[in-house]
Amino acid sequence: MALAELKLAATQTRLTGMVMPEGLNDQRVDAMNRVITMGLPHKRDEYWKYTDPATLTQSTPETAALFHNDEGALFADIDRVKIVFVDGVFDADASDDLTCEGVEIGRLADVDGGWAADIYGTLEINGQLHVHRPLAALNTAFATDGVVIRATAKAAKPINIIYLHSDEASDVMLHNLVRVEEGAEVTLLETGPAAARFNKVLEVDVAKTGAFHHVRAQGRDHERRAVTHCFARIADESLFKSFTLTANGVLTRNECIIDMVGDDAVAHVAGACVGDGADFHHDDTVFITHDGLNGESRQVFKKVLRNGATGVFQGKILVKAGAQKTDGYQISQSLLLDDDSQFLAKPELEIYADDVACSHGSTSGAIDDDALFYLQSRGVPRKAATDLLTLAFLAEALDEIADDALADDLRDRLESWLGRRG
Amino acid sequence: MLEIKGLEVKLEEEDKQILKGVDLKIGAGEVHAIMGPNGSGKSTTSYVLSGKDGYEVTSGSATLDGVDLLDMEPEERAAAGLFLAFQYPVEIPGVGNMTFLRTAVNAQRKARGEEELSAGDFLKEVREKAKALKIDADMLKRPVNVGFSGGEKKRNEILQMAMLEPKMCVLDETDSGLDVDAMKLVAEGVNALRSEGRSFLVITHYQRLLDHIKPDVVHIMANGRIVKSGGPELALEVENNGYADILAEVA
Ligand SMILES: Nc1ncnc2c1ncn2[C@@H]1O[C@H](COP(=O)(O)OP(=O)(O)OP(=O)(O)O)[C@@H](O)[C@H]1O
Ligand SMILES: [Mg+2]
Repeated sequence: MALAELKLAATQTRLTGMVMPEGLNDQRVDAMNRVITMGLPHKRDEYWKYTDPATLTQSTPETAALFHNDEGALFADIDRVKIVFVDGVFDADASDDLTCEGVEIGRLADVDGGWAADIYGTLEINGQLHVHRPLAALNTAFATDGVVIRATAKAAKPINIIYLHSDEASDVMLHNLVRVEEGAEVTLLETGPAAARFNKVLEVDVAKTGAFHHVRAQGRDHERRAVTHCFARIADESLFKSFTLTANGVLTRNECIIDMVGDDAVAHVAGACVGDGADFHHDDTVFITHDGLNGESRQVFKKVLRNGATGVFQGKILVKAGAQKTDGYQISQSLLLDDDSQFLAKPELEIYADDVACSHGSTSGAIDDDALFYLQSRGVPRKAATDLLTLAFLAEALDEIADDALADDLRDRLESWLGRRG
Repeated sequence: MLEIKGLEVKLEEEDKQILKGVDLKIGAGEVHAIMGPNGSGKSTTSYVLSGKDGYEVTSGSATLDGVDLLDMEPEERAAAGLFLAFQYPVEIPGVGNMTFLRTAVNAQRKARGEEELSAGDFLKEVREKAKALKIDADMLKRPVNVGFSGGEKKRNEILQMAMLEPKMCVLDETDSGLDVDAMKLVAEGVNALRSEGRSFLVITHYQRLLDHIKPDVVHIMANGRIVKSGGPELALEVENNGYADILAEVA
C-alpha cells in the first residue's frame, strides 16, 4: 500500500471511537481535520526515520508497569505551586490552591472563551508550517485537561505541574497554555512519569520583554511512553528557556518548536538524558525559526547511553530572510558507555539572511580512558569515576538552567540515579 | 617500602618489550631518583606501578610494604598509599578541581575504613596547602587542569599529593616545565612531606631538582633496565657528561 493510504487507514482506525471532550469545540474540530489531512505519523515518514511512532499512534497503549521507589519528590524544598494530575486526572486534594501573585492559574477543562480559547491550538498550527506534527494536532483535538497560566507580572513562585502515574494502562492527553504578558516572568516546572502513554502539548506565548523558564524532569518509570510538543512564540526582547532531564522510559519524543518573531529575542533549549537498556529510546526534535533581528538561540543536548540504548537528535535552525545578526548555536553530544548503544543525529541549518553567525556540532564518544585512569590513580573507584565523568559530560546542559536551586536539585537527583542504576 | 623485582613488561597491543627486568628497592623514608635517556622506560615503570591499562606484566613483581601491587585496581593501589605525579597531568572538563580533590580524599579514606573529612576541614586544609604552592582560589574552582599552564598542572599534582598524604610518592618529571621559582615551591612541597614513613621515587632529567630534593640513591635506567645505581654524585656525572660514558661502561 502507498504510504498515504496506509496512513489514512491507520488514522481512521485510531480516530474511531475517540471522544472529543466538551469545550473549545471549534478548535478541536479544526484540529481533528488537521489530523485527517496530515495523517498520523508512520516510520516511513522522513521526520520519524529514527523513531518508530507505532506505539504512539496505535489505538490502545502498551501497558507500563508502575515504578516504585523511595525517592522523595523533586523540588520538594522549593516553594512552588503544586498542580497534580494522576493519570491525567486533576487531583484537587493533592494540589495547592491555584493562586499565586503575578499569575492567573486555571484548568483547561474550565476554559470558556478568553485569552486561553483565543490561543488554544494557534501556536500548534504555526508549528505545522514546515513539518507535519499530527500527534500535536491529535492532542489539540482530544486533550482532556491541562493547566492555563497567564503571567501578568513576575510570578512569586514557580508553578509545578506534577504528573503521577498509577494505572498501568493509562493513556493521557493534556494540553497546557502559557501566556506571558509584557515584562512578566514565570517559571513552569513539569515533573513525573504521567501515564503509560502520555501525549502532551505546551503552547507558550511570550509578549515583548517577557520571560518564560521551563524546567522539566521526565522520570522514571521504565516502560512509560511519551510524545510531547512545546510550541513557543516569542516577541521582542523576550526570553524563553527550556530544560528537560529524562531518565528511563522506553520511548520519549520531545519536540520543541520555537518561533522567534520579535527582535532581540533569546531562546535556549537544552536537554540531558540518561538511557539504560536496549528498550530505551529517546528523541529530541527541535525546530527554531529566527524571524527577528539580533535573535540568539542555543540548543544544547547531551545524552548518556548504555546497554544498547538509543538516542536521537533532530535539530534545525531556520533563519528567515531579514533575520539579520542572528546568533544560532546548536550542539548535540552523546556519551556511549558501550558499543551496543547508538546515537543518531540530524543537525540542520537553513539560512536566508546574509549577516548571521550560526554553528552546529554533533559528537559521539566514549569515556576518556586517560581521565578515568587519572581519577582511579587518585583513589576514586572505577564506577564512581565513571559517574563523575558522566555528570561532567551532562554538566553543560544542566548549566543552561538559570535558577541555581533548581539546577542543584536536578544535579543531586541525577547523581543518585547514576549511583543506583535501574 | 617499595620493592620491584625482575619486572618485565610488554605492550598489550603489540609484541613490544618495554621493561626488561627492572629491580628496585626503596626503603621507608628514602628518596630515590631515576634518570635515563628518553624512551628508556621510566614513565612505563610508573604507569605499571599505578595500574594503567595497556601494559602486560610478563614476569617479576612489585610490592608495597609486602603487598602485591600488580594484582590491584588502580584505586586500590592509591588507597594502599601509592601516588603518581603524572608527567602529563590529564585535563578533565566539567569536573571542578575542588570536587575532584574531595572525592579523591574521601574515597581513599573510605577504602581505608576511615571517616570522611568534613566539608569545613577539607576546605581549610586545601586552602592552606594550595597557598603554600601559590595555587590561587580561581585554579581550585576551575575544572581539573583545564587551561592550566604546564607549570600550574605540575603544582596541582603536588597539591593532590599533599592532600592525599601517600606513603610512596612517584614523581614523573614533575620539574619539567617549571620556572626556577616554581621548581623551588614544588621542592619545598615535597620536602615538607618527607618523613620516616614516606618514600619518594623522583624521575627527572635534571640535576637541578635534586639540588633541592636530596636523593639518597640515584639510578640510571636504560633500555628497560636499571643499569647503574649510586649516590647523588651519579646525577652530577649525568649532568656534566650525559649518558654515553655510563652506558659504555655497563654495556
Ligand atoms: N602505549 C604505548 N604504545 C607504544 N609505545 C609505547 C607505549 N608506552 C610506551 N611506549 C614506548 O616504550 C618506551 C618507553 O617509554 P617511556 O614513556 O616509559 O619512556 P621514558 O623513559 O619515560 O621517556 P621520557 O624521558 O621521554 O619521558 C618508548 O619507546 C615508548 O615509545
Ligand atoms: Mg617519561
